[in-house]
Amino acid sequence: MIKIEHMSKNYGPYPAVIDVSFEVLKGEIVGFLGPNGAGKTTTMRVVTGFTPPTEGEVTVGGYDVVSHSLEVRRHIGYLPETVPLYLDMTVNDYLTYMGEIRGMNASWVQERLPKVIDMVKLGEYQNTLVGRLSKGYRQRTGIAQAILHEPDVLIMDEPTIGIDPIQVVETRELISNLGEEHTMLLSSHILPEVSAICKRVLVINDGRIVADDKPDDLSEKLQHAERIEISVRGAQAPEFINSMREISSVIDARSDLRTSVVQRSEREDFSPFIVDAKPNAQASEQIAKSIIENGWGLTNLTPLPMTLEEIFLELTTEENLDE
Amino acid sequence: MRFISVIAIKEIRTYFASPMAYVVSAAFLAITGFFFVASVSDAFAEASIRGYLAGAIFFMIFMSPALTMRLIAEEQKLGTLELLLTSPLREFEIVFGKFIAAFAMTLIMIILSLYFVLVLFVYGDPDIGPLLSGLLGLTMYAGATLAVGLFASSLSSNQIVGLVVGSGILTALTIIDFVSARLSGMASEVLNAFQLGASFSVFDLDSFGVAEGGHFADFARGIVSVTDIAYYISITAVFLLLTVLVLEARRWR
Repeated sequence: MIKIEHMSKNYGPYPAVIDVSFEVLKGEIVGFLGPNGAGKTTTMRVVTGFTPPTEGEVTVGGYDVVSHSLEVRRHIGYLPETVPLYLDMTVNDYLTYMGEIRGMNASWVQERLPKVIDMVKLGEYQNTLVGRLSKGYRQRTGIAQAILHEPDVLIMDEPTIGIDPIQVVETRELISNLGEEHTMLLSSHILPEVSAICKRVLVINDGRIVADDKPDDLSEKLQHAERIEISVRGAQAPEFINSMREISSVIDARSDLRTSVVQRSEREDFSPFIVDAKPNAQASEQIAKSIIENGWGLTNLTPLPMTLEEIFLELTTEENLDE
Repeated sequence: MRFISVIAIKEIRTYFASPMAYVVSAAFLAITGFFFVASVSDAFAEASIRGYLAGAIFFMIFMSPALTMRLIAEEQKLGTLELLLTSPLREFEIVFGKFIAAFAMTLIMIILSLYFVLVLFVYGDPDIGPLLSGLLGLTMYAGATLAVGLFASSLSSNQIVGLVVGSGILTALTIIDFVSARLSGMASEVLNAFQLGASFSVFDLDSFGVAEGGHFADFARGIVSVTDIAYYISITAVFLLLTVLVLEARRWR
């Protein structure tokens, strides 16, 4: 549905997106992940026809975004990052107007509007001025305008940003449900969100795509090391770390910096450590054996799965090292 | 065409939903009323709407940009311009729709002020020619000033900037004779050709300015000339086109 080939976009002399290529197939939900300023919004603006690419070719449903911009715009529902709303209109009036400028006729709007209102659960606020709605309901109104004209492709830029946790959960559910009928490109810098909703993740950093995979495979591929959290009683930190480093399968050991200084002093006996070991080397067994041989008390040994945040950090810092 | 009317209707509704339309109409009626009374209240005064016209074209220098300042600047500020430009709309449909809305508002105000004409017919015997040509001229003048105002509104996301730039351009076009009077030959004539309406001799209660210079003078006298009509239509067209170009240029940034 969306096909991007060697697309670059410069703002004046500053490159925002550099040689990006990817394809989103019909019915796919693709998460677009990256820190602020990585080029997510720019890429989405190119796909929606809001701004043309400096180089490369972008097509949506086979139509070129530059030469057949109107066709592309007819097939797209777009929720920009700052939800664009007319604050002095009621929800109903706003949605009707948005439908009309998307080329819907009056009877289509009348038939479709109650369904969409129901879908985003805006029923009791239909006649409320948009300016009086809370952030979460404004977001729903924004989603409603994006899906109103039954577009084939949905583009959502940070759809859950700035709304409270309960509404975030509801919004995610709503988006997951929408994914059943639409091709969707969804950007976020919140990683669990993307792994919860999307079946495929694109990671973008500094204008370049640095990864393109399923969320699960992504963590597996990038897991260079098995990470183990260990708490022991009776060991001094340097002593323990040295003994760990003697084990062949251990890459490195360190005190757990995530625990604050106060917590550490309170739990002196159970000082937590983080050990990075080579994967699939039965490191846990060797570590446990070493601890017991040293006469320390092993109180906790937990393998830690790598979180998407860490994968993300790894991907983006590796990129920085290359430069 | 459908999109133009959708946008125009939305904008007209927004005008009436905010205090803007009422405040501006009240000010327009008050100011034109003042000039009208000043021009007809002397003994043996001429039964004409010349005073009303002088007040109207003077006030429109500020009123037109005030009516249009919101139209595009606010879309940029709210981010709704991004929605409009990613909808299957062409830029000229957006610009025309908004222009038509502002023009309709101005026409409503002019129609509201027509009771002055009734007053003339009740208490005097006005010449119908200059009356009709004056109103025709005022309508065309309104279109030109609104186009300038709409262009100014497209330049930034700040409404006040739109108001100041719009009024600035209109003031410059109005007082062009201050400059041309100090030049001679071609330069003076070329500048004079761009004179928008009356100069500030609008405050001269004897002639009410409109009779002096600018493309409005003949309309006020009862003469409908092709040059003047072409001038106002050109100003309208050029500034609407510039507005479309500003919106199109936004895509290429």
